[in-house]
Amino acid sequence: MFRVHHLIVKNQGFMDSQNNNPTSASKDVINANPTITGAEIVIRCLNEEKVKFVFGYPGGAVLHIYDEIYKQNGFKHILVRHEQAAVHAADAYSRATGTVGVALVTSGPGATNAVTGIATAYMDSIPMVVISGQVPVPAIGLDAFQEVDMVGVTRPCVKHNFLVKDVKDIAATMKKAFYIAATGRPGPVVVDIPKDITAHLAEYIYPKSVEMRSYNPVLKGHSGQIKKAIKLLLEAKRPMIYTGGGLVLGDGSHELVKLARALNYPVTNTLMGLGGYPATDKQFVGMLGMHGSYEANMAMQNCDVLIAVGARFDDRVIGDPKDFLSKKRTIIHIDVDPSSISKRVKIDVPIVGHVQSVLSEMNELLAAEKTTNDISAWWKQIDEWRGVKSMVYANSDIVIKPQYVIEKLWEVTKGEAYVTSDVGQHQMWAAQYYKFDKPRRWINSGGLGTMGVGLPYAMGCQFADKDAQVACVTGEGSIQMNIQELSTCAQYGLPIKVIMLNNRYLGMVRQWQEFFYENRYSESYMDSLPDFVKLAESYGHVGMKITNPADVEGALKEAFAKKDKFVFMDFITDQDENVFPMIAAGKGLADMVLKKDNKERHED
Amino acid sequence: MKHIISLLMENEAGALSRVAGLFSARGYNIESLTVAVTEDPTLSRMTIVTAGSDEVIEQIIKQLNKLIDVVKVLDLNDGKYIERELMLVKVKASANFKDEMKRMCDIFRGRIIDVADNSYTIELTGSCSKLDAFLEAIDKTAILETVRTGASGIGRGDRILKI
Ligand SMILES: Cc1ncc(C[n+]2csc(CCOP(=O)(O)OP(=O)(O)O)c2C)c(N)n1
Ligand SMILES: [Mg+2]
Repeated sequence: MFRVHHLIVKNQGFMDSQNNNPTSASKDVINANPTITGAEIVIRCLNEEKVKFVFGYPGGAVLHIYDEIYKQNGFKHILVRHEQAAVHAADAYSRATGTVGVALVTSGPGATNAVTGIATAYMDSIPMVVISGQVPVPAIGLDAFQEVDMVGVTRPCVKHNFLVKDVKDIAATMKKAFYIAATGRPGPVVVDIPKDITAHLAEYIYPKSVEMRSYNPVLKGHSGQIKKAIKLLLEAKRPMIYTGGGLVLGDGSHELVKLARALNYPVTNTLMGLGGYPATDKQFVGMLGMHGSYEANMAMQNCDVLIAVGARFDDRVIGDPKDFLSKKRTIIHIDVDPSSISKRVKIDVPIVGHVQSVLSEMNELLAAEKTTNDISAWWKQIDEWRGVKSMVYANSDIVIKPQYVIEKLWEVTKGEAYVTSDVGQHQMWAAQYYKFDKPRRWINSGGLGTMGVGLPYAMGCQFADKDAQVACVTGEGSIQMNIQELSTCAQYGLPIKVIMLNNRYLGMVRQWQEFFYENRYSESYMDSLPDFVKLAESYGHVGMKITNPADVEGALKEAFAKKDKFVFMDFITDQDENVFPMIAAGKGLADMVLKKDNKERHED
Repeated sequence: MKHIISLLMENEAGALSRVAGLFSARGYNIESLTVAVTEDPTLSRMTIVTAGSDEVIEQIIKQLNKLIDVVKVLDLNDGKYIERELMLVKVKASANFKDEMKRMCDIFRGRIIDVADNSYTIELTGSCSKLDAFLEAIDKTAILETVRTGASGIGRGDRILKI
């Protein structure tokens, strides 16, 4: 049952607003049993959840809520320029801080504009509450102005959603929404609130806790399974630790580092998991998957005991599952979501639980073990694979190599920046060449691969950590998908640094066309790019265009020295550069195509 | 293989569409789906007949459990169970069909529940396969209309799905 918590309303300003509200009940009702509007209840709930920022955009259906925002100062509302960006910014805020991000949009077009953002967060399991306005209850279903069935539209891309049809349900629904978003396998929750409900009056009762008979996420892993896992790990000859976004989201990084160091086993991270294990550590073999390092993919393919932590054997990670399973290995899988286990690959030792709790239990068991496991032969093999140097590229002093820009970015920011990226080649180069030593610093759309996230993601990070260095690595294609946010960045004085790798191509598309469509570059060249320097300047930002490799480092230093300025850096990069290594879709992990100078290689 | 999955879920607007949406989004097939409120008005009971390999069924169960409105899921095929479906069949009752229909109705323990000038409506309950067998057994040209409820399932004896 809900334990309830009453709030006494003393605020004079609030009473005034009540009296001015045409829909408010008589004063004696307020005195007897304080009631407030649904809109104010929404605000109170957000305050109760200690929300610091709400990213949003107003419109008819949420005007009552916006009126209450005007009167409060519990959180800061960030006015974006497109609802998609509001949701992305809230999503990044959550990724950077580990708290629930909040976005607020109006009904109809506001709501549909938010959908890409919601789906992006859903695919990466990001906890978020998105509040959408809805037409008044009596108008629902009548094709009213700006009506869209938000609960229906978002059903396949939310963890859960609610349509609130009674003002008395707002508080309990908000409580549930935050609880569902943040617990278990996290995800976005939509709360759709009809306009009339935000004007109706109700007593404000915020439940202290939530109990739902239908939703009980597991926390602790099965101790028998955990023991079994430790035993297998200690007997392994060719062990491998593979971690994903779930490790970062479950704040398990610290425990994982402890475990990996105690065992001295190799670690790889997925694209979503970067920073889960420090990239500069000697046990780190790099990112794995489609554009992963040679050593990471070979070790993954050839290990005999694999422990997967908060990772899901995605098609971009293991390629063809049949090929992956053609090699025998024992797999341990820790995940908070039972449905992630044995979804693509059969698991030998499933452990359902919160990664942090399971890993800490493993560390305790391991500390009590006397045995150690010598795997020097396996390390020797891995070092041989490392010798292939799959990440080496031929630098140039004529044309800027995109990889070089990222390497310098890492140096100039001392590896400590929040790096957001868009989607394309630049994303892969950022993942490959920026060495993330901390979790929650690499912010990208891994699951949905949404072009346009980069700039709003950078906004979310900058609000999350106002003094931090925030770099948005983007392409000239992606940046134009949410370019309007340059205006938001100006309004709030966000000192983001945009690192645009401008190859005058939808580079990733061009790369596939080069490899798989005999260089038929169908619609992957973009004409009529704006003068990005002038564009940035028109918003009051600093614009820089860098064409010479010799200027890359100096320009980056100059930009990051402008601590309170938004700097848009247009790096004119090599148009023909491709992302290597590469495993073609549907191929196996050992089927890596290396750089030209490395020549194509296949392992048995 | 065919599986009958029983589930209890919150009797809330939209709960049914979440289950149906899950099946279509993930490409699982639904042979039939029935749902109605239980003795506890806050809970609905659903029976889904589906088919798939063991791995697919395992995923279906996990995915159903993941839905926030779903309280409990049971794969009836994991133990002993009873399955019943109701079918109404309207058949031609012209002179040459009348006797056959009455006879088949008796054999399958059905009942004629409506008699019109040229047709009978037969009510039949049983497992899905029994109903299929009935339709196989009668002359196809005699069938005017069929309507089936889809299977309802319940565990035998101590197998109880309750919260
Ligand atoms: C919204 C959206 N539309 C289309 C795509 C398909 N897509 C993936 S990468 C890419 C090209 C990106 O170009 P750019 O931003 O210039 O980056 P580059 O690959 O050149 O570094 C496209 C079109 C996508 N991921 N997202
Ligand atoms: Mg490009």
